[in-house]
Amino acid sequence: MSAPVLQVKNLTKSFKGVVALNDVSFEVRRHEVVGLIGENGAGKSTLLKILSGIYQPDSGEILRNGKKIVFRTVKESAAAGIGMVHQEQSLVTSVTVAENILLGAEGDAVVGGIYNWKVLNRKAQKQLDKIGSPISPTAGVEDLTFAQRQMVELAKALGVEEYTADEPVIVLDEPSSVLEGDELEVLFAQIDRLRQIASVVFVSHRLDEVLRVSDRVYILKDGVCVAERNPETADTDELHRLMVGRESSAEFYREGDQKSVVGADVLLKVDGLSRQKAFSDVSFDVRKGEVVGIAGVLGSGREELTRVLFGAEGCDSGTILLDGTSVRFSSPVGAVAAGFGYIPAERRIEGIAQSMSVQENIFLADSRPVSVGPFMMVNKARQVADEWISRLRIRTPSRNTNINNLSGGNQQKVVLAKWLNSPRLKVLILDHPTRGLDVGAKEDVYTFIRALCDQGIGIVLLADTLEETIALSHSIIVMRDGEIQRRFDAAPGQKPLPVDLVEQMV
Amino acid sequence: MTSSPPSLGASVSVSPGVRIKRMLLGGGPLVVLLLLLIFFTFASDTFANPGNISVLLTQLSILLVLGVGLTFVILLGSIDLSAEGVMASSSLVFVLLATNDRNDFQFGILAALAGVLTGSLFGLVNGILHVRLGIPSFMVTLGMGAVGIGIATVLFGGRAPQLLDQGLRSLGVDKVFGVSKLVFLAALVLVIAVLIQRYTRVGRYGYVIGGDEPIARLSGINIKKYKIYSFVLSGTGSGLAGVMAATQLGVGDPTIGLGFLFPAITAVVLGGTLLIGGRGGVLRTLVGAAIITVLANGLILIGVSIYIQTAVQGLVIVIAVVASGWSLRRRVRVIK
Repeated sequence: MSAPVLQVKNLTKSFKGVVALNDVSFEVRRHEVVGLIGENGAGKSTLLKILSGIYQPDSGEILRNGKKIVFRTVKESAAAGIGMVHQEQSLVTSVTVAENILLGAEGDAVVGGIYNWKVLNRKAQKQLDKIGSPISPTAGVEDLTFAQRQMVELAKALGVEEYTADEPVIVLDEPSSVLEGDELEVLFAQIDRLRQIASVVFVSHRLDEVLRVSDRVYILKDGVCVAERNPETADTDELHRLMVGRESSAEFYREGDQKSVVGADVLLKVDGLSRQKAFSDVSFDVRKGEVVGIAGVLGSGREELTRVLFGAEGCDSGTILLDGTSVRFSSPVGAVAAGFGYIPAERRIEGIAQSMSVQENIFLADSRPVSVGPFMMVNKARQVADEWISRLRIRTPSRNTNINNLSGGNQQKVVLAKWLNSPRLKVLILDHPTRGLDVGAKEDVYTFIRALCDQGIGIVLLADTLEETIALSHSIIVMRDGEIQRRFDAAPGQKPLPVDLVEQMV
Repeated sequence: MTSSPPSLGASVSVSPGVRIKRMLLGGGPLVVLLLLLIFFTFASDTFANPGNISVLLTQLSILLVLGVGLTFVILLGSIDLSAEGVMASSSLVFVLLATNDRNDFQFGILAALAGVLTGSLFGLVNGILHVRLGIPSFMVTLGMGAVGIGIATVLFGGRAPQLLDQGLRSLGVDKVFGVSKLVFLAALVLVIAVLIQRYTRVGRYGYVIGGDEPIARLSGINIKKYKIYSFVLSGTGSGLAGVMAATQLGVGDPTIGLGFLFPAITAVVLGGTLLIGGRGGVLRTLVGAAIITVLANGLILIGVSIYIQTAVQGLVIVIAVVASGWSLRRRVRVIK
């Protein structure tokens, strides 16, 4: 058998002491679709960046058809016939499809800096034809739908074929994460087509998709390639276990740690709360150490409800009693002072201060524990920040690292630390706390939710999935069209089924 | 080959609503220009006279040349604030090398070329300082503008050198078909700029870099090189504008460019080139420059004091920026 079209041998790469890739090896054979899976922070993106010439490995080598190659730039990687479809779309919306497809590789379409549009469009059309796309090369990218843009990306990636006598290797980085339904089918059909003219590396976190399209699957965990599997014989449970390194079961949600709250004091009492066009006459209690899950479809009013509780929006009527005292907030400032905490769904926009360090973010909501009067005690702050970093197992080179350099899961842990750090915290509102996190980070978040309950903190939860809602909550409120449709008891051992909730939601 | 993949619709179609909206946004400045022309035609007896139109076009020409050059830099999302200093230096270099009352040089058209190249050189320095040293463009160009004024002041030496080359002087004062020769020069510059924008790497990559610099970098484009080229284009425009102004006034003068920078930026933004880069173009700058020229001329003709004109112009640029921001916001919503 001939040498693999692409072979990675013992690749190692670390950033500021954090090992991102450790002795990773894998190979891609001719006309093969290789799946690459791993949690956030497992090293997938680092590996891809090395393959596309953005990063240089610390050690290890890359072989193309058995010959060793080194990529110092993106162009060199493309010249070796490796085409990348990036996770974040990499099309320039202000120019045409043809310009995007041939960007930086116009060849004879641009002679002496002068464009020959006819040639350019013809060359672009040739790439589009390869994937059977009906998109016009002269169309503006801003006029295309998301799925159409992805087809253009694919056509662009295939352009590397022009540089090499050999068939290209196309790397698809999480191509399915934003597609759904029909669009997904189109993508899979494209991958099948690609298989005839190229070799494909398919990176995804949707395990069922990886199993469906791949010939072989590699599993990355903590920067190490831990296993290789055959999709014919593997199932998602097995992949999941390999990826996370833990059993995937009901204990995933730490249900065993859930304690009964029967007889506990009522912490938060919401009575007849209404807001025009959002929700009306909403009443519920949150006891100390209780998780109240709110289920509902988009437009059920649950998002607005949490924003009103946190003082981000006003309400028209009704009362909120916190520890028996009536409170009404005109802004989150008052809510935070009273003991509310809020972990927003839009982490990047609302949850973290992007340009600040891990430590600064931890003390963003409440710096009093480490302050005397208006002054922050620097040493104390450092010490407390380090405690949080080790307690929440935040993977960061140091407390002074810019939070932007952390992975999503670790950023979310910093957001958690921010609120846990506040001694006045009584009620924590969690708006999709695990959105966009990988499985491991999710489990960490679940553990902390249980720990918070043990401290007697009340939690209002808007979860990502019904399973999550049911597993984490003590009681569940189902909202529909702004009204409470039904309440479920979800104490340990008497959990409702998802189907029961769905019936009430729609 | 097996069955063909399911298709996502045969071709790209933009809904009529979006198309109309975009047309209005894109054509907005043109509509404003037409409304202004109609308004002043009726509000003033003299506005539409052939004589005044000739004046309008002459006033437009220098502003247009400046604005067109500037457009290439603003498309990157950068800014060039050095125009006034560059005009000052280039006007003096030009006049002192052409036939003048200060020395014996008689380089004629080569002197004009030297003036223009002075501008290109300033652009080159601007670009290199900006991309190599990573200094924000507004700071670099502000500084280089001051350097330009300084150089001009040294060359000026206390008394304005007179331009005595009759051929070159004629460029600024004589008319062909009833309009100044400068108008034809400006039109030629516009045509060349459009060609550069449509058919060259500098032009196309300007859109790409301004639209999304990280993608441009990932595509292996030499961003620094094309940014420097764009600054050279802008500097060249300023240099030519300085020479044009000198032929008009007949002198080289450190203050020759004073009051040109603000209207030039306004013209670019008003035309619809976004200050954040990526969208716009030199033809849009023509419309923007025309609006400013018509506004300035028309306001005087209907008796608005020259003293409040600056305030009006300032208001116009703020409104233009707000308006361009709105369309961007809407655009983002349409896409996502």
